[in-house]
Amino acid sequence: MIGLANITRATLAKDLRLEWRSKDAINSMLFFSLLVVVIFSFVFNPTAEESRRIAGGLIWVAFLFAAIVALNQTWARELRNQVLDAYRISPAPANSLFLAKAIGNFIFVTVLEALMTPLFIVFYSLRALGPVYQLPIIAMLGTWALVVNGTFFAAISVRTRAREIMLPLLLFPISIPAVTAMVEATSAVLTGEFSTRFWIALLVAYDVVFTIACLFLFETVLHAE
Amino acid sequence: MKPAFSILAILTAVLLSYGLYQALVVAPTDQLQGDVYRIIYYHVPSAWTAFLLFSINFVASIAYLVSRNPKADVLALVTAEVGVVYCTIVLVTGPLWARPVWGIWWTWDVRLTSTLVLWLIYVSYLFLRRFSSGGQTPVLAAALAIFGALDVPLVYFSIWFFRTQHPQPVVGGGGSIDPRMLHVWLLNWAAFLCFAGLVCWSRYRVEILQRELEEAQALQALLERNPQ
Amino acid sequence: MIDIATSESLSVIRVAGLIKQFGRFAALRGVTAEFAAGRLYAILGDNGAGKTTLLRSLAGLSSATRGSITVLGYTNLREVCFRIGYMAHPSLLYDEMSGMENLRYFARLYGIDDPQRCAAAITAVGLDPELTRPVGQYSQGMRQRMSLARALINDPELLLLDEPFSNVDVRSGREMAGLLAGLRDRGKTVFVVTHQASLLEGVADEFVWMEAGQITARTPTFSTDNS
Repeated sequence: MIGLANITRATLAKDLRLEWRSKDAINSMLFFSLLVVVIFSFVFNPTAEESRRIAGGLIWVAFLFAAIVALNQTWARELRNQVLDAYRISPAPANSLFLAKAIGNFIFVTVLEALMTPLFIVFYSLRALGPVYQLPIIAMLGTWALVVNGTFFAAISVRTRAREIMLPLLLFPISIPAVTAMVEATSAVLTGEFSTRFWIALLVAYDVVFTIACLFLFETVLHAE
Repeated sequence: MKPAFSILAILTAVLLSYGLYQALVVAPTDQLQGDVYRIIYYHVPSAWTAFLLFSINFVASIAYLVSRNPKADVLALVTAEVGVVYCTIVLVTGPLWARPVWGIWWTWDVRLTSTLVLWLIYVSYLFLRRFSSGGQTPVLAAALAIFGALDVPLVYFSIWFFRTQHPQPVVGGGGSIDPRMLHVWLLNWAAFLCFAGLVCWSRYRVEILQRELEEAQALQALLERNPQ
Repeated sequence: MIDIATSESLSVIRVAGLIKQFGRFAALRGVTAEFAAGRLYAILGDNGAGKTTLLRSLAGLSSATRGSITVLGYTNLREVCFRIGYMAHPSLLYDEMSGMENLRYFARLYGIDDPQRCAAAITAVGLDPELTRPVGQYSQGMRQRMSLARALINDPELLLLDEPFSNVDVRSGREMAGLLAGLRDRGKTVFVVTHQASLLEGVADEFVWMEAGQITARTPTFSTDNS
């Protein structure tokens, strides 16, 4: 029968290929991320001591902005020429589409983060006093938290009237616990003043709960008409 | 109008007036805070009412997804709207109370912050209902309500732990409660529930009638455009 | 409303009291009909008559407000979707990929991983499978044909086509009509929503007239004017 993994892989490959071919989108996204970092650096000009305390928050807010722009993009492509209808009438499982989009977004946002992080380190002269090895774990868990709900809500908001504003409107409130956890965990690593354990546990719980919720409800949402 | 509706309306009026009298006149003045504390008789019952309404919204949303019964969707819509109103009351009375008593407008108090996030989630829910196109709205809104409900415990824990790591000024009632105060609390809660019930009921009936009207108008318009 | 009972052939689609409402607008106002297998039906009517909505409902893209649809014996259209092909006025293709790449992907959605089958589908509609030009740069006629190839990739028993001839020159239109007739002759059931009914004169088995969200007439030829 139609395999979930097969179709997820095929859809992901197709998305990456399309993303690569229309390089405009990637380039403008990269530049936008750069701009966000620079603006933040102009606006918040802390000493090295202070910067360790606030950098966690700044970095994740910057990632959030970049993620929103990326998330809106990926579904827009499926609406051109009503291509989404072709997927809907096929026997392919809805969750394959969701996973392919979510993973694609995850890769995309991670690339943006990889670009923005060194810039932040440079502009704020950041040096982590805590367990640095935890940072990639926090980054992955946090990014997945944003991307999994972001992909789901983007699928919803792209079919509403106020398309672009709808996504942040829906995503931000629901993401509050995850963003709190990401920021606190990052600050914990940077300042070395407290433990990340609870926050990482919260992120894991958040990721598990909402990944399951998304997989459970995506089919319903995709076929709502 | 159904007789039960009139009875509820009268009951609401009676409870609200009696509750007001009890809250402002009869209940004893607090030793520490003076008369300002009386706002708590509106702050707390509003919160309980809002949470109850949102819980009903959650159940109605699930019921809609399972049964696709349009009445479940209307119930979800109605409880969300009235719930947001009560939630707003909580968020307004909170700072109004905190300022004269503790000198600060806001603090990241667990309950107040959780209420704020819940308010944000449900306002976004109402926006989604407004901006999505007809056929999809009930399903999309129901999905969002479920996500919101799943989020609430996570919100609570994250704020609670945040506060243990970053100690903040404590706001809100602590210590033992004078049984006379509890009695007024419950009385006002009953009054608010009746009022909420009244408003929800009216809104529900209006919404159902509105949908029936739309349906009839749609079919009529089709006939008029193309007379057979 | 005229219902022609189909006794000779197996009925492939049965619609009963179908109502579809979009808020204040009712697109389908109680459609009841039966359609037999192995026939080519042309669905005609003015804009707003409900033709597209009916087709989308048959494809399973639009859920009914009231009433029922049975396709190939199934009321849950998700169970039978791999036997249905759908084509609309938008191309339902990715502009940045070539025809072959598009078809390879959509074939995967049906569990088909066979490049030769994709090439055959493209050839069948009169296009070149080796063409690497992205679909977005095709002419309208070529895009319609590629969209038809996509609809045929899973070799469906039931084909639902919404305005396949729009913005296409007369010669391509006639070729496409011939193509559809060939598909019908191979035993497929074909529904064509179109404003250019003349292209299907002599090709379609039945002309289905719609007006104001209902089927008003079903005639064997186009020249019998019933509107």
